[in-house]
Amino acid sequence: MTRRWLPHPVTSCVLLVAWLLLNRSVDAGHVLLGALLAVVIPLAVRRFFQRPVRLRRPRAAVRLALVVLWDIVLANVSVARLVLGPSARLRPAFVEVALDVEHPVAVALLASIVTMTPGTVSCDPSRDRRRILVHALDVDDPDRLAREIKSRYERPLLEIFAC
Amino acid sequence: MLAFAITVSFGAVGLALLLAAWRLVRGPDLPDRILALDTLYISAVALIVLAGIAWRTQVYFEAALLIALMGFVGTVALALYVARGDVMH
Amino acid sequence: MLLEIAVSFFLLVGAFFTLVGAIGLARLPDFYMRLHGPTKATTLGVGGTLTASMIYFTAIEGTSLHELLITLFLFVTAPVSANLLARAALRLRLRSRAPLPEASSAGRD
Repeated sequence: MTRRWLPHPVTSCVLLVAWLLLNRSVDAGHVLLGALLAVVIPLAVRRFFQRPVRLRRPRAAVRLALVVLWDIVLANVSVARLVLGPSARLRPAFVEVALDVEHPVAVALLASIVTMTPGTVSCDPSRDRRRILVHALDVDDPDRLAREIKSRYERPLLEIFAC
Repeated sequence: MLAFAITVSFGAVGLALLLAAWRLVRGPDLPDRILALDTLYISAVALIVLAGIAWRTQVYFEAALLIALMGFVGTVALALYVARGDVMH
Repeated sequence: MLLEIAVSFFLLVGAFFTLVGAIGLARLPDFYMRLHGPTKATTLGVGGTLTASMIYFTAIEGTSLHELLITLFLFVTAPVSANLLARAALRLRLRSRAPLPEASSAGRD
């Protein structure tokens, strides 16, 4: 019953909170309308979720989120240094990273994380989702960059999306 | 001090808008111009939020939110158009 | 006083990174490198400005968290636009200082 009417509880919670934030109020009316939307919208877009997302290990997820937040700040400081310094010395490179995660949501998350963190923009997950192409602004050792991405971001994702 | 910080921020964000506009005019390729537009609208969001703080009003919040939403949709549509020649598929 | 310091700090940090992103966009030599500035620095910069607004209005008007919506939206969408733009650039095979990967793996979807 719950499964049928509330297939994505996390999405529903996010929708309700977003609705309340938008209206800047927690009146009964807004909570009711928000709850209605939180039930109806996930049902309406049900067909876009191809594979169910099951989150294991919420603590690992929180830890990953904190690591990523901190790395975003570090990445920005390093980008600022690279951008303001002499650009002739930069050594940009394309690096291919072979993936172990399979879940499409996990691949998308990994690509987004890599885009926002140290010196990298992820370009193109290959069609079979086994590799992502990463562009880095300044690398001395492409293999180390790939290893770092795998150990720092992919391993926690593997744990969280154990399926 | 706050007034000073707001003035400096206005200057920095205004300069950011000018630089993005320069890249928009300069190009040289289509993706550069799309990226410049993307930067322009994100900086515009910052400018609107700054104006909100400077004038102590929250009425511009919805404008900032809408620019963020529409800007993203615009960037995605343009990038998809360049990448594969159509937007819907 | 503490409020002014916090708001000014986030404002200045935000404006600085917004500017850094735009400078990167203006002066880096090829498209793939230019992509780094706006996606990372400008996003964090606007995030800083929004945090300043959040603190400021919470202090003078009571809880004001709706700026969080814009911040989260920008952080979620920045990688998506960056990815699509990079894909478009690879499809057009824009010149790049880093050697481009072979056509077989690039620009297809």
